[in-house]
Amino acid sequence: MDMKDKLVSSFLAFENTVNVDAPVHDIRSQAIKIFEEKGFPSKKEEAWKYTSLKSILKHDYSVFPKEENALDFKDVKRYFLHDIDTYKIVFIDGRYSSHLSATTHDKMDVCLMSSALNYDKYKVVIDNYFNKIAKQDGITSLNTAFSKEGAYIYIPKNRLADKPIQIIHFSTGKESAQMLQPRNLVVVEENSQVQIIERHQSLTENPVLTNSVTEIFADKRAIVDYYKIQNDNQNASLIDNTFIEQQTQSTVSVHTFAFGGNLTRNNLNFYQKGEHVNSILNGVTIIEGKQHVDHNTLVHHTEPNCESHQDYKGIFDENATGVFNGKIIVNKEAQKTNAFQSNNNILLSDKATINSKPQLEIFADDVRCSHGCTIGQLDESALFYLRSRGIGQKEARALLMYAFANNVLETVRIPELKNRINKLIANKLGVNLGFDL
Amino acid sequence: MLDIKNLHASVEGKEILKGLNLNVKAGEVHAIMGPNGAGKSTLANVIAGKEEYEVTEGNIMLEGEDIEELAPEERAHKGVFMSFQYPVEIPGVTVTNFMKTAINETRKAQGLEEMPAKDMLKLIREKSELLEIDRKFLSRSLNEGFSGGEKKRNEIFQMAMMEPKLAILDETDSGLDIDALRIVANGVNKLKSDKNAVVVITHYQRLLDYIIPDYVHVLYDGKIVKSGSKELALELEEKGYDWIKEEIKA
Repeated sequence: MDMKDKLVSSFLAFENTVNVDAPVHDIRSQAIKIFEEKGFPSKKEEAWKYTSLKSILKHDYSVFPKEENALDFKDVKRYFLHDIDTYKIVFIDGRYSSHLSATTHDKMDVCLMSSALNYDKYKVVIDNYFNKIAKQDGITSLNTAFSKEGAYIYIPKNRLADKPIQIIHFSTGKESAQMLQPRNLVVVEENSQVQIIERHQSLTENPVLTNSVTEIFADKRAIVDYYKIQNDNQNASLIDNTFIEQQTQSTVSVHTFAFGGNLTRNNLNFYQKGEHVNSILNGVTIIEGKQHVDHNTLVHHTEPNCESHQDYKGIFDENATGVFNGKIIVNKEAQKTNAFQSNNNILLSDKATINSKPQLEIFADDVRCSHGCTIGQLDESALFYLRSRGIGQKEARALLMYAFANNVLETVRIPELKNRINKLIANKLGVNLGFDL
Repeated sequence: MLDIKNLHASVEGKEILKGLNLNVKAGEVHAIMGPNGAGKSTLANVIAGKEEYEVTEGNIMLEGEDIEELAPEERAHKGVFMSFQYPVEIPGVTVTNFMKTAINETRKAQGLEEMPAKDMLKLIREKSELLEIDRKFLSRSLNEGFSGGEKKRNEIFQMAMMEPKLAILDETDSGLDIDALRIVANGVNKLKSDKNAVVVITHYQRLLDYIIPDYVHVLYDGKIVKSGSKELALELEEKGYDWIKEEIKA
């Protein structure tokens, strides 16, 4: 039985584990039908031309976590941002770990999707926001059908979340192959602010496939900073689907740090629904081996006087492959739009590949839109310059790569996170330099 | 300090240096002059270890050690410094962090501890004052958007920071106005001691009004064809290089 059939037939069993009287039941039932009809995307679809899921779908993934697994904090501490106080929503093999988590319902909700979907207290928010902007494509519908657990974050108006929120998913490898379908909902009301860090971490050599869906709603003047750390091991693959709706004068930034994993696909979609909205999409990709990272972005400008800024940097070594597909749509009404996109890449090996494709669909006439894409190698004369000052070849290369990616880090607003990313990059480049550029 | 014997070097198969000899002792300043295309910059780059240049014959001895096989960074660790004719712009790396990395990597290679941050700051302050460099300048990306003069001043600032045994100044005077020239020359003169040596490569004589050489050599067609005292530089300035070419032909 192939993975699609297995998932469809698992749906009945899944329904036995959830409350079918909850309103979300209809949404799930509808979603499994869509998945049944559309299935997994294939390379025939334009948006998946350079990313094939074939190799990762050949495993016989278990769809439900069978048992509850525990982890000691000390063993996984390094995957947390632990030098500052944060809220933590932690899942182990798809199940909530109260032991590793630190949540709150005090003046805001930082809690579980399973609670939000089942309790009346959350009904209004769920009715208004759940599955409202998630795409109706096969892969997202699959997640919707099995949506049960994940992070639920609700910040009521005029509130500043007092500390960053970390959402971490661990896989322990108790199953020979595991598929996870986390579902997150983030609602930030008027004048409120929140910072969120999301990480998926496999602790096993067994294959893991995560198909994650996150919906983010930023109301008027809300500010949301979302950081995705993708530094998983060789056998873990991630399909990340993120949908963001922004109202007037809101600012949402998403930083994606793709440093590892088997196959990573980021579908990042911004829908602007008010004026003077600012959307920021930043990414750093540093991969090697046979790793594959695909950034597929969409920014849809529908109202006048809005901005979007996209800056993706990629460094590819050995046989690594990268894809950047950035689409900007500017509706006829969206006059005075400023939309910028840049994608710069360094290929360190003859066998590394990047496919970069900007797509601009502009229907308004008074806009400023630009896109730029570069693909190059490290500058030999710069290397010699650094080496002539006593900096070793490896360090000089690392310094140049670091400098190349650095401006994307400048917009990270949690200093401790910035330090952590710096260290991850230094580690990735195999150097031990006190970079604080 | 530096002893170059019968040096032949080529780039992309084309021979540029054709049996060059040069002996520089500690405490000395040597000027190397010559017309365009004589091989002046090649000589500087070959000493610094640029890999495009292939040494086909002869050797380069630094304090009795053949450095020909060493990587550029290893030469730097042994005290070789080249002030670039065209310093490279490196966006994203600040002058300060570049220097911190360069000094600590050099110290590491020499088996020393990293320089404490406080000492580093003090050193940076001291040396930037010597070169009359604004502090704001130090937090800018290396050479990015610097004027020609700023780039050259920054090179000598790096030299002051690294305190090399052998400094090769490749056309450091080009692109400098008279004030910057004075500052740069003053910096070099302050750094001069009986323990180090300076090789000034220049097309024009004017830098030598400020950095007084002990010896002047004329490089022509890949060889040192004439050596003399500082008066030779004045003569070259006055008469140009043609008379040297005539002399060689004769």
